[in-house]
Amino acid sequence: MAATDITGSDKRTDGTPARTLVLIGHGMVGQRFLEELAARGVTEDTRVVVLCEEPRPAYDRVQLTSYFSGTSPEELSMVEGDFLARHGIELHLDDPAVAVDREARTVTSRQGRVIRYDTLVLATGSYPFVPPVPGKDSPGCFVYRTIEDLKAIEDWAGRATTGVVVGGGLLGLEAAGALNKMGLTTHIVEFQPRLMAIQVDEGGGSALRRTIESMGLLVHTGVGGQEISTAEDGTVRRIHLSDGSSIDTDMVIFSAGVRPRDQLARECGLAVGERGGIMVDEQCRTSDPDVFAIGECAKTVDGMVYGLVAPGYDMAAVAADAIAAAGTTGAGATFTGADTSTKLKLLGVDVASFGDAHGTAEDCLDVVYSDSRAGVYKKLVMAKDGTLLGGVLVGDAESYGLLRPLTGSVPPVAPEQLVLPAGLSPAPALGPAALPDEAVICNCHNVTKGAIRAAVTDHQCTSVPEVKTCTKAGSGCGSCVKVLGQLVNAELEAQGITVDKGLCGCFGHTRQELYEIILALRLNTFEQVLDGHGRQEARGGDGCEICKPAVASIFASLAPAIGADGYVLDDAQAALQDTNDHFLANMQRNGSYSVVPRIPGGEITPEKLIVIGEVARDFGLYTKITGGQRIDLFGARVDQLPQIWARLVEAGFESGHAYGKALRTVKSCVGSTWCRYGVQDSVRMAIDLELRYRGLRSPHKLKSAVSGCARECAEAQGKDFGVIATASGWNLYVCGNGGATPRHADLLAQDLSDAELIRLIDRFLMFYIRTADRLERTSVWLERLEGGLDHLKDVVVHDSLGICEELEALMAAHVANYRDEWAETINDPEKLGRFVSFVNAPGTPDPTVRFVPERDQMKPDLTILSGPEIPVRTLEGSSR
Amino acid sequence: MTTATQLAAQSAAPQSRNDDPAAAPEGGVVQVEYADGGWVTVCRRSDLLPGRGVAVLLPEGRQAAVFLTRAGEIHVIGNRDPFTGAYVLSRGLLGSAGGAPFVASPLLKQRFSLTDGRCLDDPEQSVPVHPCRVV
Ligand code: SRM
Ligand SMILES: Cc1cc2nc3c(=O)[nH]c(=O)nc-3n(C[C@H](O)[C@H](O)[C@H](O)COP(=O)(O)OP(=O)(O)OC[C@H]3O[C@@H](n4cnc5c(N)ncnc54)[C@H](O)[C@@H]3O)c2cc1C
Ligand code: SF4
Ligand code: FES
Repeated sequence: MAATDITGSDKRTDGTPARTLVLIGHGMVGQRFLEELAARGVTEDTRVVVLCEEPRPAYDRVQLTSYFSGTSPEELSMVEGDFLARHGIELHLDDPAVAVDREARTVTSRQGRVIRYDTLVLATGSYPFVPPVPGKDSPGCFVYRTIEDLKAIEDWAGRATTGVVVGGGLLGLEAAGALNKMGLTTHIVEFQPRLMAIQVDEGGGSALRRTIESMGLLVHTGVGGQEISTAEDGTVRRIHLSDGSSIDTDMVIFSAGVRPRDQLARECGLAVGERGGIMVDEQCRTSDPDVFAIGECAKTVDGMVYGLVAPGYDMAAVAADAIAAAGTTGAGATFTGADTSTKLKLLGVDVASFGDAHGTAEDCLDVVYSDSRAGVYKKLVMAKDGTLLGGVLVGDAESYGLLRPLTGSVPPVAPEQLVLPAGLSPAPALGPAALPDEAVICNCHNVTKGAIRAAVTDHQCTSVPEVKTCTKAGSGCGSCVKVLGQLVNAELEAQGITVDKGLCGCFGHTRQELYEIILALRLNTFEQVLDGHGRQEARGGDGCEICKPAVASIFASLAPAIGADGYVLDDAQAALQDTNDHFLANMQRNGSYSVVPRIPGGEITPEKLIVIGEVARDFGLYTKITGGQRIDLFGARVDQLPQIWARLVEAGFESGHAYGKALRTVKSCVGSTWCRYGVQDSVRMAIDLELRYRGLRSPHKLKSAVSGCARECAEAQGKDFGVIATASGWNLYVCGNGGATPRHADLLAQDLSDAELIRLIDRFLMFYIRTADRLERTSVWLERLEGGLDHLKDVVVHDSLGICEELEALMAAHVANYRDEWAETINDPEKLGRFVSFVNAPGTPDPTVRFVPERDQMKPDLTILSGPEIPVRTLEGSSR
Repeated sequence: MTTATQLAAQSAAPQSRNDDPAAAPEGGVVQVEYADGGWVTVCRRSDLLPGRGVAVLLPEGRQAAVFLTRAGEIHVIGNRDPFTGAYVLSRGLLGSAGGAPFVASPLLKQRFSLTDGRCLDDPEQSVPVHPCRVV
């Protein structure tokens, strides 16, 4: 399609002649510029035409790598809804500008458009620099800049086993992380003596290197790629390095820096910098006053070409200001330089640098904390007078949000306290209250602490989301959100506004408050709780997916004490249960369920093992040994669950509560009965504990373990409550966690007798159930508990609150009232009626729950779920 | 009359269920309109538990999810969760926000309006809504 001469003198719908603005490049900064124009009303009387080289509108390049973890190109888009249409902006995809004629004031596009402009804006970004090594253009060589680049990498990597990334900077590490995740043996080749040389110093670089190497990536620093040789078919085979060595590889990604795309500007005679970049003034005007340049393609008055998005956004605002003010004399905003502080998560490692990170100022001093075991390195650069000049944080960048705004001032506490890890810090760590009002909290949107406070005081924002919308703070990279939340809440509290800590949209109370209300008033229906204690607007409603299971869990924990039925499928409670509790099984990705019988302490007889095997065989289930010392049977249809459980209950099995926020397993080691080191019978204790606390509903799942000696084969210190045998009894550890944020358990009490141990665990668990938040594991709860471990000890060991008797009584009632949910369910015909695929065709199995073979067992057939709806009739009777 | 919602309380006097005349003592049967304008009986009103859903088969073999709210309203939507492709919406938790009922998918928890089928967490996604009535 060749459209010619869409002139700039055409008419608006109301007949007035329009000014025409042409934007070349629809990247992150280009899109921001359009938003800034629209916000200033410029789009109302100006025709705006955008030439975009890529096949899609602007997208979030910063988040590009998330494409590999499943974020779709659509999700990355930066253009909201009908933004372009609403403002009458014409966007031409896949149609780059190929020439600018400044005399005729026209831009020519590749598809043949010739557009007359009154104002021209260049936002052409950068291109990846590829070092001129022989073989660099062979199939198997890539760059890392656009969605198309990533698609090509993804395709190729599917057939590759090894990959080399040339360049160990920010983008190189991201690319290497992506290859590593795809299962390739991944090498990083960096010419500099350390990784991320621009952002971090030597110490930071080596901490980063150690951590990255421990993930299995191979790092080669101080060497460059010199030549790429190819296989017979011409594809990449090997890369030769400057030290004479070589690496056999199937692909190479070049990530050796970027260069401004200034070619169009050069060709039409605009001034460009010696080492590239379109020269602009403080208003982002080029050497031609009608032409602007913004973003990565511009060389600003401070002589810099910024490769980060935040300075680009500032330039977008400055240029829009200048264009909106054309003809008026008002002094608009100016761009004179920007902060290049960054905080990133690279391959899971936090890396931050801010201010004068390399300590280039005269007479500056370093304060360094380094722990190579933990891969943590922190350095602050201080001036002689104590002013914080900058710093580098690797492995633990938690304090970045506070340190960056403090840069340029004398911190209110000694610098060594700012680098010590929280636990080692002798004084309370510095809070956001210490920051001055001018401190920039959100770097992406240049929002100061003063502006955030004003959002609360002057603009009546009453929550973090409202402040986000009002100031834009926190809506960029997200690294400031934590500090933002602290500031907003502190400000709200200072205003006397109570911060909404409510459980959900239905309840203004916390889970802990609801627990107290339910216990004190002996409430046992959801309607009583919602209509009597919910938010006004939620009363009489249906509740929601957050409060219903939370209230159901409180009912179940307190059942005997509040006169509720402990059975979770009891009529009043059945409707509240999470889906898994409602079917007493765990739903899997294709809608089938898994079945986990309880195997207390991991001890099981051969007979019972055989029954599990037979059941799995007869129902065609996939079996796997779990990480919790028991066996999971996967792939049951909802209508098969009762039949499966009838067999299991008959053989003496009970529900394992794998589906509930409840006790999971108490793992054991083999202990003194067999093991030469064992000092107590850990298996018996594990079984006793598992049977005592089975079925106990709690704010989150509960896990436990018992080890027979200090060698700790049961990993008790990673559990919510863990027990380790001693020569004279048991040590009790609490609030450990595996999972996403592992935490070693804390010792609560030593050398306990059996009875003492159980009494303490009773108290501990009931205190947790009473005071924890919804979905808060014991580890997180303890971190939040005021007074921490000492307070916990006071309450459950020394009974400082005088509540231990009540806690013990509640646990005793739970133990006395325990019944097996599955035994109860299979004996209740009315409840069994719910276990059907379709109420109007009880005999028909769900045809979408199908399986295909894998490694002598089966797995879900997911292809069936991606197509259109499948008619059921034709498949009737095909059940196994 | 083809509104998506029909208050059971306002429904016509109990009529017999097409295939099982004895089965409607507790306030009638639920009917769903399908493609060519006909009505099909899918379950008894008494099969439904307030706050939960059930899955039913429609004549042409498609799956639908039928819900009963606390206020006694019945809603019928497609059973397929568009995010995972799994046929599980009937097993999600029902809730209301600003008085409007929704179901949260049991797999990844996205919420779908029961009145217009739109996903409340992602405007790009929706599920079909089927007109229904109690007779
Ligand atoms: C089956 C099993 C994996 C396996 O094949 O081994 C498993 C499977 C699931 N785990 Fe796990 N976890 C299993 C052992 C573990 C362990 C190991 C252990 O218990 O010793 C851990 C780390 C220990 C810990 O929890 O502290 C573990 C940490 C998690 C976590 C992260 C918890 C955390 O605090 O960070 C989740 C997510 C959550 O609960 O929010 C999770 C969640 C899940 C869920 C429920 C995810 C889901 O919602 O679908 C999986 C459902 C299982 C199912 O459908 O049957 N699973 N999970 C293991 C079952 C053990 C059992 O017999 O009950
Ligand atoms: C993987 C990755 C991770 C990153 N991470 C971060 C980060 O964590 N923090 C950070 O601050 N920055 C990061 N960046 C950098 C950030 O993406 C850029 O600073 C930002 O995109 C610059 O915006 P821009 O609009 O100037 O350029 P771009 O977003 O590159 O947009 C320029 C657009 O112009 C188009 N174009 C060029 N020439 C023409 C022409 N003649 N006609 C029409 N169109 C043309 C290009 O195709 C492109 O679409 C990252 C970049 C990458 C690639
Ligand atoms: S923890 Fe001690 S008793 Fe238990 S198996 Fe290990 S070495 Fe043996
Ligand atoms: S600093 Fe990036 S969003 Fe605030």
